[in-house]
Amino acid sequence: MKLQEKNLKLMRRTAAVLLILILSALTAVTLTGCGEKNKNEVLVYSYGDYINPAVVKQFQKETGIKVVLDTYDTNEEMYPVIKNRAGVYDVVCPSDYMVERMRKEGLLQKINFKKVPNIKYIGKQYLKIAAENYDPTNSYSVPYQWGVAGILYNTKKIKAGSITSWNDLWNKKYKGSILMQDSVRDTMMVGLKKNGYSLNSTNKKQLQKAVNDLVAQRPLVYKYVNDSARDLLVGNSADLGVVWNGEVLYSQKLNKNLKFCVPKEGSELFIDNWVIPKNAFHKSNAEKWINFMCRPDIAYKNFEYLTYSTPNTGARKMMAAKYRNDPDLFLSDKQLENSEVLRDLGPEGDDLYSYYWKMFKSSN
Amino acid sequence: MKKLPAVPYIVWMIAGTFIPLLMIVYYGFTDRTGAFTTANILAVFQPVHMKALGLSLGLSVVSTVICLALSIPLALVLKHSTMGREGLIVFIFLLPMWMNFLLRTMAWQVILEKGGIMYHLAHMLHLPFPPIINTTGAIVLGMVYDFLPFMVLPIYNVLEKIDPNIIEAAYDLGAGESTVLRKIILPMCVPGIVSGITMVFVPSLTTFVISNILGGGKIYLIGNIIEQEFTTSANWNLGSGISLVMMVFILLSMAALMKLDKNGEGGMM
Repeated sequence: MKLQEKNLKLMRRTAAVLLILILSALTAVTLTGCGEKNKNEVLVYSYGDYINPAVVKQFQKETGIKVVLDTYDTNEEMYPVIKNRAGVYDVVCPSDYMVERMRKEGLLQKINFKKVPNIKYIGKQYLKIAAENYDPTNSYSVPYQWGVAGILYNTKKIKAGSITSWNDLWNKKYKGSILMQDSVRDTMMVGLKKNGYSLNSTNKKQLQKAVNDLVAQRPLVYKYVNDSARDLLVGNSADLGVVWNGEVLYSQKLNKNLKFCVPKEGSELFIDNWVIPKNAFHKSNAEKWINFMCRPDIAYKNFEYLTYSTPNTGARKMMAAKYRNDPDLFLSDKQLENSEVLRDLGPEGDDLYSYYWKMFKSSN
Repeated sequence: MKKLPAVPYIVWMIAGTFIPLLMIVYYGFTDRTGAFTTANILAVFQPVHMKALGLSLGLSVVSTVICLALSIPLALVLKHSTMGREGLIVFIFLLPMWMNFLLRTMAWQVILEKGGIMYHLAHMLHLPFPPIINTTGAIVLGMVYDFLPFMVLPIYNVLEKIDPNIIEAAYDLGAGESTVLRKIILPMCVPGIVSGITMVFVPSLTTFVISNILGGGKIYLIGNIIEQEFTTSANWNLGSGISLVMMVFILLSMAALMKLDKNGEGGMM
């Protein structure tokens, strides 16, 4: 009898301990990413592998502020986290159209530019694009990286200079060796731009035409891919494909036959920006972070790591002449003007694109 | 008091199964503004979704049948092989399962890719290169490769448990080998076959990873649609609605199989 009682007690105690352990584990899981208000830290939420790790270390060393870095792969993955307060961050790195959406929904706060003097190094032409498209007063966002889509092709298989237009991706000669992007807006962009339409079109006739063209192109396409497009081109699995200009230097280092072209019809331009969410815990640390990122030597270090075009004029001056004057890396003003930035189309626009995208995707 | 040790599991079930399920039901039956709607459920009848669902069903049935056709002989071989070798074969069979599922699938991508291993091999042997990558064939191959162990193991387990006396009795009563196989062994395997089918069919039906990696963005399964709604279209409501419909499909197939299992056992006894 006694023994049984003892057993029971022991069991009860074990169960209680277990329960507490599990509950605390669960709360710990839900609370990570929230951080604490009073610690001297900065909570950064950025694309994965988008900052030179050495830069993060240097920031911690110089300022004594601890960096907590979380990452995401797409804007759409980040947005609900900020919107639903699933995580609180001090500084986030959304792309152009997502800045527009977050700004309109009141998820962002104005940056105090007195604390970000290094903004003077950001090229005026990029601030102008930002103002025209997603941040009219340039007060919510600071450009971090930018890039443009184009066609990367292998000059061993395709004569250098013969690719000039998006229409070249419809050339039957290249059947089975074409790579296209595999993401709604970026793929639809090619179909729209090829026909001279805006990549932000919500005109159903234009979207239908773009989809029809993409469906017609399907048999010629080897694969629809995003980030691995450059690897397939480097490894000669494909001869031409749609890639971002930030991938070009890296790819050419591995395969010197690759050449890049921004099609004459104009292309899609993106700018990724630092912004401060409304509910940030450490606003002043966030501004220190942004200011640090705008410092020319830091922007240069990030360029070395990412090889994406930097909007930082100071960093551009530090580059070797062959990079500084590389027409693929830094577009001419005319090319810049020709290109468009994705706009936030609202839920209806998103659903419209989603509808046409699925129509294209399920066409066999 | 007896129930106390079960508390952790109940907490686990509530947090890990019940709450997420409720959230999916909530999102599935509401629109973006939070108002009640059945549009997300009915959306499955849109032609694009029906097409993807049809393709998913077709491919998963094909790969389940292939898995079954490969597994029964293999399980029989495993059963009849001698002790030491049997352990080795089972071990070899399980070995790839220790690797990450993604890596195993990506390995096939490297093998099948144009300019990949198969390409060079075929080139060396002066054979035509089979352009299987980015077709439905590659998806079926990936499904069969990834899920075959889930079919073999339950069937093997059931086979192992068959009392050898029963089989001997059948032979004594004059049954030939094929009769024993058809009338004794196969019917007794039904429970293993049923759980094997479920474990291959369900993940094949809902996969989006295999079609992403081996389909080259050209094959669009229902799993890909759901994934897209969550990750790029930011329409959690539609994604949840279609997920709910998929759940119905899975429950239906499991119910049908369970019935088959019962009948099988009933018929056997």
